[in-house]
Amino acid sequence: MVRRNPKIRIENVSYAYDGKLALRDVTIDVSANAITVFFGPAGGGKTTLLRLINRLNDLVEGTHMSGRILLDGRDIYTPGVDVPALRRRVGMVFALPLPLPGTVRENVEYGPKLAGVRDRTRLGEIVVRSLTQAALWDEVKDRLDGPASALSGGQQQRLCIARSLALEPDVLLLDEPTSGLDPISTGKVEETLFELKQHYTIVIVPHSVQQAARVADYAAFFLMGELIEHRPGKEIFTIPRDQRTEDYVTGRFG
Amino acid sequence: MNRYLTQRVGFALLILTALVVVVPILLVIGTIVVQGVSAINWEFLTHMPRDGMKAGGILPAIVGTLLLTLGTAVAAIPVGVGGAIYLAEYARDTWLTRAIRLAIINLAGIPSVVYGLFGLGLFVLFLQFGTSILAGSLTLALMTLPIVISAAEEALRAVPVEFRTVSASLGGTRWQGIRHIVLPQALPGIVTGVILGLLRAAGETAPILFTVAAFFLPRLPQSLFDQTMALPYHLYVISTQVPGMPLDIQYGTALVLLALVLSMSLVATIIRNYFRRRRQW
Repeated sequence: MVRRNPKIRIENVSYAYDGKLALRDVTIDVSANAITVFFGPAGGGKTTLLRLINRLNDLVEGTHMSGRILLDGRDIYTPGVDVPALRRRVGMVFALPLPLPGTVRENVEYGPKLAGVRDRTRLGEIVVRSLTQAALWDEVKDRLDGPASALSGGQQQRLCIARSLALEPDVLLLDEPTSGLDPISTGKVEETLFELKQHYTIVIVPHSVQQAARVADYAAFFLMGELIEHRPGKEIFTIPRDQRTEDYVTGRFG
Repeated sequence: MNRYLTQRVGFALLILTALVVVVPILLVIGTIVVQGVSAINWEFLTHMPRDGMKAGGILPAIVGTLLLTLGTAVAAIPVGVGGAIYLAEYARDTWLTRAIRLAIINLAGIPSVVYGLFGLGLFVLFLQFGTSILAGSLTLALMTLPIVISAAEEALRAVPVEFRTVSASLGGTRWQGIRHIVLPQALPGIVTGVILGLLRAAGETAPILFTVAAFFLPRLPQSLFDQTMALPYHLYVISTQVPGMPLDIQYGTALVLLALVLSMSLVATIIRNYFRRRRQW
C-alpha cells in the first residue's frame, strides 16, 4: 500500500547477509499514529526489516542492502546521517527483555544521559513520564532505586518500553515484545501500545497471528523475504486477498 | 575385578594426583615459614642492610619491588586494556588482527631472560634510561602485556552481545556502550588478569637483572632514573653470591616475597568477588 506522506517509506529494499537473500524488493509505507504489524512465519524477513529501520543491522558484518528507507521523507541510509540520533528517534524493544545492569531509574535514564541530559529535575520528570506511559509507574514507583533485574518478566519488558520512550522517539519498533510473557503481562503490554499509538508510530512483529489481529491497524504479511499483502488489519484477517495470506491466517501452515 | 572396585581404585588415583599438586605447595610454604619466621622482625622490614647484607633489614628491596610492581601496573594496564578493547570490540578479522593475536601468543612464550636482554638493549642503552626503575618497569610491563591483554579480551567477549545492541538502540555510540555497560561488566575478569600479570612481574628476576636491580644499595630510590634493590634479585644474591650468609635471612627474605605476592593475590580475589556480586546477568 502506498500512501501520501507516510511516516516511514520503505522503497524496493532488498537485503542479504552471507550472500543469502533475506528481503526481496520490499516496498511498504508505514502510517503515523497507528500500529502496523509485520507478520508471517519465521524466516520471512520481518525482524530484519524492523532492524533496518533504525540501522541496528549496521552492527552486523557481511551484509548488503539495496533500496531506500525514508523517515519523514529523508533517506536514513545516505552518508552523513547521525546514526545515534536516528536511533533516538526510532526506538527498539527486543524479544527478550534485557534490563541494563543497574537500577530501574538508571535503565530509564540511560538514553537521555547519553544524549546529554544532565539536569536532575529534568531526568526525574523523564523517569516518571516514561514509566507512566509504559504503564509501569504504579508497580515500580517505590523501587526505582532497586535492581532492574529483580522485576518480573512482564515488568522488565515494560521497563524496556519505558527506556525507549524516555528518548521521546517518533517511532517505536517492537520485535515480538511479548514472546516471553504470560497472557496477563501480554495484555498489559498490548494495552500500553494502544495508549501509545496516539503519539507514536508503532511497528510491531507480533508473536502470533492472534496478537497480530488484536493490535493491527495495518498489517503486512511476509513470506520468505517477500511482502505478500499489506492492508488495514480489519480486512487482511477477515478477507485476505492472497491465497497464501489466507492459508497462513487460517492456520493451514505456519 | 568388579566395576565398583574399579571405581574406587579410580577415585583413589584421582585423589592421589590432586594431593601431588597440594603437597609440594604446602611443603614449600611450610619450609619457608618455619625457617624464615625467626628472621622477621621490625628491624628486618624497616631497616637498610648492613655488614655485607648479613645483618640489618631488607627495606630497599621491599620498596624496590613495590615500586617496580606499581610502575609495571601504570605502564601495562592502559596499554593492555586498551589493546584488549580494540581486539574485542573494534577489530575485524583481517590479516593485521591475526598478526597481532599471533604476536601476543608468542610474546607470552618468550623466556623472561630474553625480555631482560631486550630491555637492556632498548630502554637502558638505546633510549638511555640507564639502569633504572623506569627501564625495569617497562621491561616487566612488556612481559606482563600478553597476560593482561588475553585476560581482558576474554572478559570483554564474555559480556553478552545483546547489551551492546541495547545500548546502540538507545542512541549510544559504540564507545558509550563499551564505557558504560561492557567495561563495568568485564571488570572482574580484567582485574583478575591484571593482578595475575603483576604477580608474575613482582616475582621475576631475569627481566630486572640487567635493567634495574642493584646488587647492594642501602638507600631508597629518589627518582624513576635510580637503580634499586628488589626482592627476587636480592634473594638470588644472598643465596648464591655472598658466602656465609645466615640461613634465616635467606628464608626470611623468601618469606617476605611470598607474603607480598600471596597478599596481592588475596586482594585480587576480594576485588573480583566484590565486583562479581554487583554483576547482574
